[in-house]
Amino acid sequence: MNKWEDNKAWFLVLPVFIVVAFSAIIPLMTVVNYSVQDIFGPGQRYFVGVEWFKEVLNDSRLHDALWRQFLFSGLVLLIEMPLGIGIALLMPKKGWGVSASLVTIALPLLIPWNVIGTIWIIFTRPDIGLFGAAINSAGIAFDHTASPLHAWITLMFMEVWHWTPLVALLAYAGLMAIPEAYYQAARIDGASAWATFRYIQLPKMRGVLTIALLLRFMDSFLIYAEPFVLTGGGPGNSTTFLSIYLVKVAVGQFDLGPAAAFSLIYFLIVLLFSWLFYQALQNVGKGEER
Amino acid sequence: MTLTLESVSKTVGREVYIENADLTFETGSKNVILGRTLAGKTTLLRLMAGLDKPTTGRILVNGEDVTGMAVRKRKVAMVYQQFINYPSMTVFDNIASPLKLSRMDKETIKKRVYETAEILHLVPLLDRLPAELSGGQQQRTAIARSLVKDAQLLLLDEPLVNLDYKLREELRIELQQIFQRREAVVVYTTTEPAEALMLGGNIVVIHQGRILQTGPTPEVYHSPATTKVAEVFSDPPINYIDGTINGNRGTIAKDISIPLTGHLEGIAPGDYRFGVRSNHLFLQPQGSADTEIKATVELSEISGSETFIHVRHAQTPLVVQESGVKSRRIGEKVSVFVHPERLYVYDLAGDLIASPAGPDPAGGAGERGEIPQNRGCDLRLRPSGAALCL
Repeated sequence: MNKWEDNKAWFLVLPVFIVVAFSAIIPLMTVVNYSVQDIFGPGQRYFVGVEWFKEVLNDSRLHDALWRQFLFSGLVLLIEMPLGIGIALLMPKKGWGVSASLVTIALPLLIPWNVIGTIWIIFTRPDIGLFGAAINSAGIAFDHTASPLHAWITLMFMEVWHWTPLVALLAYAGLMAIPEAYYQAARIDGASAWATFRYIQLPKMRGVLTIALLLRFMDSFLIYAEPFVLTGGGPGNSTTFLSIYLVKVAVGQFDLGPAAAFSLIYFLIVLLFSWLFYQALQNVGKGEER
Repeated sequence: MTLTLESVSKTVGREVYIENADLTFETGSKNVILGRTLAGKTTLLRLMAGLDKPTTGRILVNGEDVTGMAVRKRKVAMVYQQFINYPSMTVFDNIASPLKLSRMDKETIKKRVYETAEILHLVPLLDRLPAELSGGQQQRTAIARSLVKDAQLLLLDEPLVNLDYKLREELRIELQQIFQRREAVVVYTTTEPAEALMLGGNIVVIHQGRILQTGPTPEVYHSPATTKVAEVFSDPPINYIDGTINGNRGTIAKDISIPLTGHLEGIAPGDYRFGVRSNHLFLQPQGSADTEIKATVELSEISGSETFIHVRHAQTPLVVQESGVKSRRIGEKVSVFVHPERLYVYDLAGDLIASPAGPDPAGGAGERGEIPQNRGCDLRLRPSGAALCL
């Protein structure tokens, strides 16, 4: 018997392999299977090659959803990252304020995602909502069910309110991990608050901010529950993001083939952008000139 | 420059960090602050640097009150226990950072950085980032940052504690040479008596926020004013044996009589506490004047090429330092020998009554080297990193 077959380590890997197979590999391969076949019913399936991929890539409604998705994720990152860092910098560093602010800031993260949508529907209702009624009585006709712009504004507010705390908590953890001696050294050098942020706090937070950026990008790019509850993708298609459109294709129209092809492309886009962000953040600030 | 601390105290909440410190440091002097962890060494440095304001008292530079002055206006440089460098800057930029804020022209900055990097052997590493350096190189960079500007006050807070033994020895010798050339007040904190002895200069022994003793380092080592100072300034800790002096008879550990010669002569009768460092205890008699203490081995601990043998005589625990790696069986009966003229005499309140006259009494530890008294202290560096002052 050779070493390869005799290796007992394979038995130790087996449980993990089974879990990963059922949770990731088999579902993924099922999707791959669907994406290259036309299925009419049990036993009635035809191999169609890349037909569905071609169809999906030429779908103009999907293009619209994709751009919408990029716009949404871009805005989310542009607002939430600086805002989260800002909040983290303002949070108290010691005393009773630490736990108080941590709990307060973490609250939105504890609410189930579909409940968030419901909360904001009621909050922004023009007739009875605290925000909606207030702003309408101030003379601004605000209605997220009627105006695409208002729908976007509501959605962005909801998203920022919901997820900025995550960025803030991660950034705060990064800040708290910086030894006091760094700040002392900066004071002795006579560094300004900006220089301290730029040359000590920001580089020291690189790790947690990379995680925060990746999480926020992936989550926002895959967003489904909140806009589905809040706007249902409307008005019109103005808030139909990729996952909402995907569900429409797969469940609404029962086009499993195109939906599967679309899912794979979706997956690759997320993977590609996560990799790009990761690479960029690993290298930023490293090749700075003298 | 003269740096003076005038009855400086620092309290945070109800905790007293520094209590009534009166200290003076002169330019060109090398000063060691010796104390255990949490003794207040770092707080003292922060007060000197101006990073913290004293709760009461004043800090003077050349007689001028600088208590409230901002740190960056004082000419201070500090090196920390952790390796503190700007993470996204290269070694060059890190060293240059204190100069850039002083509006120096680029050529001068470059020249200064190269000069400093030369001293600390950093020239081949100038383009690297701190994360790409070893711990020793990172600390060299931090030291270079503190040396590059002409600080009048150079503070080093246990700078070598996070380095491995070999690097520590190397860097300590280099630092000695650098300090020699500096026109500044150098203050260096440490927890290790051996390191304090190697650095020499003046010493400030601090314990629980209080300054216990100051003076030239070898002098303080040879006459620790209180039992506390002797404890802080001995590694392994100094041994204490209770005893009495009654007329012309001395007794230690209840029933061992000692001759009252040398510095023991003429001490008023009463109860005393006798101190002896473990390097002055032997397992073989060193001369006819030695007193024998019968004891049982409790533990034998090897440290480098030294063996610390923990023994007990009745109620008195003692630590004997033996050179060479030797193993002693637990429970073994041994005789410990001490020359009575090696004993420190403290009263029961812990104040020094008499200390051994010279580093080497007649007929004493001859083989451990005879040192002329005026040299104060001769060091033997051991592979364990411990130094011995004879």
